[in-house]
Amino acid sequence: MISFRRTRAMARKEFLHILRDSRSLYLALMLPVVQLILFGYALSLDVDRIPILLFDQDRSPQSREMLAQFRGSRFFTVLGDIESYQPGEYAITSGTAMAVLVVPRRFGEDLAAGKQVPVQLLLDGSDSNTASIALGYARAMVAGYSNQLRTEYQIRNGAGEIKPPVDPQIRVMFNSELKSKNYIVPGLIAVILMILASMLTSLAIAREWENGTMEELLSTPVRASELALGKLSAYFILGALDTVTIVLAGVYFFGVPLRGSALVLGISAGIFLFGAMSWGLMLSAITRNQLQANQLGLLSSFLPAFLLSGFVYAIDSMPALPRFMTYIVPARYFVAMMKGVFLKGVGMELLWGEGLLLLLYATVVFVILTRKLRQKIA
Amino acid sequence: MTPHENTVIIDKLVKRFGDFVAVDDVSLTVKRGEIFGFLGPNGAGKSTTIRILCALLAPTSGVATVAGYDVAREPEAVKLHIGYMSQKFSLYDDLTVGENIEFFSGIYGVPRDIRDERRAYALRMAGLEEKEQTKTSLLAGGWKQRLALGCAILHQPPVVFLDEPTSGVDPLARRAFWDLINELSHAGHTVFVTTHYMEEAEYCHRVALMYRGRVISLGTPHDLRKQLRSDTLPEPTMEDVFVSMIEREDAALAGGKS
Repeated sequence: MISFRRTRAMARKEFLHILRDSRSLYLALMLPVVQLILFGYALSLDVDRIPILLFDQDRSPQSREMLAQFRGSRFFTVLGDIESYQPGEYAITSGTAMAVLVVPRRFGEDLAAGKQVPVQLLLDGSDSNTASIALGYARAMVAGYSNQLRTEYQIRNGAGEIKPPVDPQIRVMFNSELKSKNYIVPGLIAVILMILASMLTSLAIAREWENGTMEELLSTPVRASELALGKLSAYFILGALDTVTIVLAGVYFFGVPLRGSALVLGISAGIFLFGAMSWGLMLSAITRNQLQANQLGLLSSFLPAFLLSGFVYAIDSMPALPRFMTYIVPARYFVAMMKGVFLKGVGMELLWGEGLLLLLYATVVFVILTRKLRQKIA
Repeated sequence: MTPHENTVIIDKLVKRFGDFVAVDDVSLTVKRGEIFGFLGPNGAGKSTTIRILCALLAPTSGVATVAGYDVAREPEAVKLHIGYMSQKFSLYDDLTVGENIEFFSGIYGVPRDIRDERRAYALRMAGLEEKEQTKTSLLAGGWKQRLALGCAILHQPPVVFLDEPTSGVDPLARRAFWDLINELSHAGHTVFVTTHYMEEAEYCHRVALMYRGRVISLGTPHDLRKQLRSDTLPEPTMEDVFVSMIEREDAALAGGKS
């Protein structure tokens, strides 16, 4: 039987440690806010305001009309007009421009004559993701202009307006503006909580070993499960506080919609924290060394939570090996739950699978943790 | 409990770490209220023996019972009936004196109705009545040790194990600490203490000299000194006893090998 009194004594003591250790308190309360602001802003995956240079060799009304579309677009920022290739190439090499659009001589003339006219786009491929998005924008804009011309031509020739045979009707669900912060912030909650939880707890048992108090504790009637639960509950209070802070910042500061229930969010965050904190304590119990536990905690929480959780990098497009690895990363399930609750507004009826897996993970880690604590000294 | 009941019984206790025999066939009994001293150089196996008795280490073979409970089979029961101060134990430095007492009181499950009384006792014993709000890190070594002892006996355990409790403490504070040990003994606690200060052996009712995992001599300090008394050494000290016993043991070992 677990004794409530012993567990409570343990939790109280651990909470006092947290209050007295200004460094970890600062870490616990400031880190999430700083990370959220850093990642929330820096990690914007939206591609807009692409810096572009325009090289108009033709200077005809037609070329000016097409380029005006680029000048007016929010996807491009026109840095200026150039007179030759050289400054354009230099700008791409030095990184001041991402693209150069070249309109060839006789563009207007050939168009009027009904010929097909090429337009050249120079792109900086060193950031392939942004480049391919910029390519898409440019292509769409040129195609738009080209369609407009064709329609005008047809009308002028009395053929009437001919609509394109297939017209895609697109409706983006859940994040209709395709804003990256809307999916980054919910995922970020998972990453921040994972890092925080395992960093904070990674010291908690190693410290007792290093100070010699662990041997004392082992000689008292306190059981491994009471020790673990007591410590967990102290850190859990901190983690819950952090969760509330991050969610509020996400909703009110970043304007991410919270469409689902706050209760579902709270329950899933609770299960996730329990697992992540047990993980940190387990590392602490295994290494018995604060430095090692801390480094292992950072390494084993940050990298998987960042790379393998589906937070930024889509799991479906990963190669087979990393894709299979994601199944053992608890953050993966929590990220899915957070996106579901925040953006899709779904509840446990759809998220119970992830919830159960998180619970399973937490339970397994907790059991290993108590096993480790039960081991004798030396 | 009868006054002379044995509270610690060790029978043919062996502890091996790989090839190394830390505790080699040790047998002894300690009576209730006795102050039993464990003497010996570093690495003699004193701490290992104490850790086995506190159910912190499992014995390789042999049997040990503490307060009537088998340390290997009933570790939970043993832990409810002992107080232990390890060599490194120095409480939680970032907690106050009062918070440390409160924590151990909770961990040991001291009943609510006597908790205040035990708290007052621990404070009085450590001489820290006025310092309840003081951070433990600010206490001098002697006070810390007495507070540590106070915390280890909050639950009034029949047996108290002290592993080098006075190492690194100034002579005056050591004296005061031994007064406390005497007080505990008078109150009926059995005190099992290790030390490497030879003069401290004089304060024990009985001492065991431990060397290379074995008990090479056991008796009252008076008896041990009497054995060694001779014309050349009419008043042998405990240190003389200790040195001559070890020399004899080394000679026997060397003889056995040749």
